Amino acid sequence: MTVELATTATIILLIIGTPIAWWLARSKAAWKEMVGAIVALPLVLPPTVLGFYLLVTLGPSGPGGALASLWGARTLAFTFEGLVIGSVVYSMPFVVQPVRNAFEAMGERPLEVAATLRASPWKTFWTVAVPLARPGFLTGAVLGFAHCVGEFGIVLMVGGNIPNETKVLSVAIYDYVETMQWREANILAAGMVVFAFSVVLAMTTLEKRTARIGE
Amino acid sequence: MTSTISVAFRGRLGRFDLDAAFDAPSRGVTALFGPSGCGKTTVLRCVAGLQFLPESRCLVNGGTWQDDSVFLRPHLRPVGYVFQEASLFPHMTVRKNLLYGAPKDGPKEIAFDEVIELFKIGHLLDRAPRNLSGGERQRVALGRALLTQPKLLLMDEPLSALDRQTKEEILPFLERLHESLSIPVLYVTHDMSEVERLADHLVLMKAGRVVASGPLGELQSDPDFPLAASREAAVSIEAIVDSYDASYGLAALSVAGGCFVVPTASAKPGERRRLTISAGDVSLARHAPGESTILNVLPARIVSVIPHEHQMVAVLALGTDGTGARLLARVTRRSWEHLGLAEGVVVHAQVKGVALAAPAPD
Repeated sequence: MTVELATTATIILLIIGTPIAWWLARSKAAWKEMVGAIVALPLVLPPTVLGFYLLVTLGPSGPGGALASLWGARTLAFTFEGLVIGSVVYSMPFVVQPVRNAFEAMGERPLEVAATLRASPWKTFWTVAVPLARPGFLTGAVLGFAHCVGEFGIVLMVGGNIPNETKVLSVAIYDYVETMQWREANILAAGMVVFAFSVVLAMTTLEKRTARIGE
Repeated sequence: MTSTISVAFRGRLGRFDLDAAFDAPSRGVTALFGPSGCGKTTVLRCVAGLQFLPESRCLVNGGTWQDDSVFLRPHLRPVGYVFQEASLFPHMTVRKNLLYGAPKDGPKEIAFDEVIELFKIGHLLDRAPRNLSGGERQRVALGRALLTQPKLLLMDEPLSALDRQTKEEILPFLERLHESLSIPVLYVTHDMSEVERLADHLVLMKAGRVVASGPLGELQSDPDFPLAASREAAVSIEAIVDSYDASYGLAALSVAGGCFVVPTASAKPGERRRLTISAGDVSLARHAPGESTILNVLPARIVSVIPHEHQMVAVLALGTDGTGARLLARVTRRSWEHLGLAEGVVVHAQVKGVALAAPAPD
């Protein structure tokens, strides 16, 4: 459940986040930092605020409800799809930031070189920009994934707590504690700690390795 | 005018306005020469389409790359661009770098194997750029630019990021390129010695403007332009090897109006070599000197003179009729007056030093 949610969300995050990051890194528009700030909002907003707005948006009377009616459902709230959308929104800054930094760090030069070698902007993006930004993608994907696994407040508000449907690890721990099942809570919590530790460790080692290759 | 490259760029550029227009021939190397920050690199970037300045025009080989209604994007312009730093793609091997811009099919001016051979990079193909020396990287970058089969080669100070020794290692490759390549080259530099060795045509720039433009030899010895009076004034003369005396290691080379004898390790009769003679290495005498260790004493006529503080820079034409190759001689004003030198006087030019460009490596 948790892994499925985080994986789906991470893939969508990369698909949506990459063009946003590219645009933020390359555009000279004066209002691009406005967009940057909106993307970064989930970093500072309390999860309940975000969750509340997501609930309204995804609910039966919001655009999410309209979308859901396309396949005959009444609402996106309290569904797996709704959770994915929520996860994507609140994890967006964790993906966009590192990818944007990576795009900015490579500078104009490799892109100019590619252009003088007859590469179209599309080819340049895929053969030069993306490979050179690989460390950024890696960091972004790992952070996004880890954050999807760990988020609690928004998940509870948007997903509810429906077993086998929208019940994820972080919420399960809460449940166990509420019902005084300390042992189960302990196992899950310790598991999360180990998971978080391995993610951070894997990320730093991987980054070191790619940095060496990319030199 | 046989020129087929005609450009004019106008626009605001940092502290000054760029307003540069010049024509260049469709063959040979045209050097854009000027102090740092005079806008020469910007001109090159505009030609490549990497920078857009409105109110500009760029015509190459009959094609319009930019005018009031056209702006061809960089990847649609058939140029090869060599940047100051080699700028190889770090995530690709040398081979992949070389082939990145190479067209899959269609007519080829220069083949992959020829490039490998020309720049001697065959042993580097499977290496990563980070394991290459600065000189090797720049050779690969040159090869990569040529393999795009460009109609115009643009080089932005390709040697300035290299140390002196590496520079000397690359220059023969550029000289050789000059011999074997039929496409025109725009070469940006602030180093006069590179101009002397490589350029055929010169565009002098200063503070965003073109001060002068013309064949190298003419500009070097033209008293109206700043080169002839400068401290490093020199002329470059195209010469043809007449004979080579291996026992003394001396080559005889003929130029318009005279003949030079120059020490060199090897020379083949008929070979074209370039001589560079700086103004400080030429002294003047009214009569042919007696026995001397100076190899080259040539009769010449003074065609004009540039007074410069207490020095006089004389423009000489080899031979006595005033039509031969131009030389510059720097003498003190006292000697000038003492010998009664003036325009039209025939003198003996004693040439103490002649730099001979290396033969094309083979």
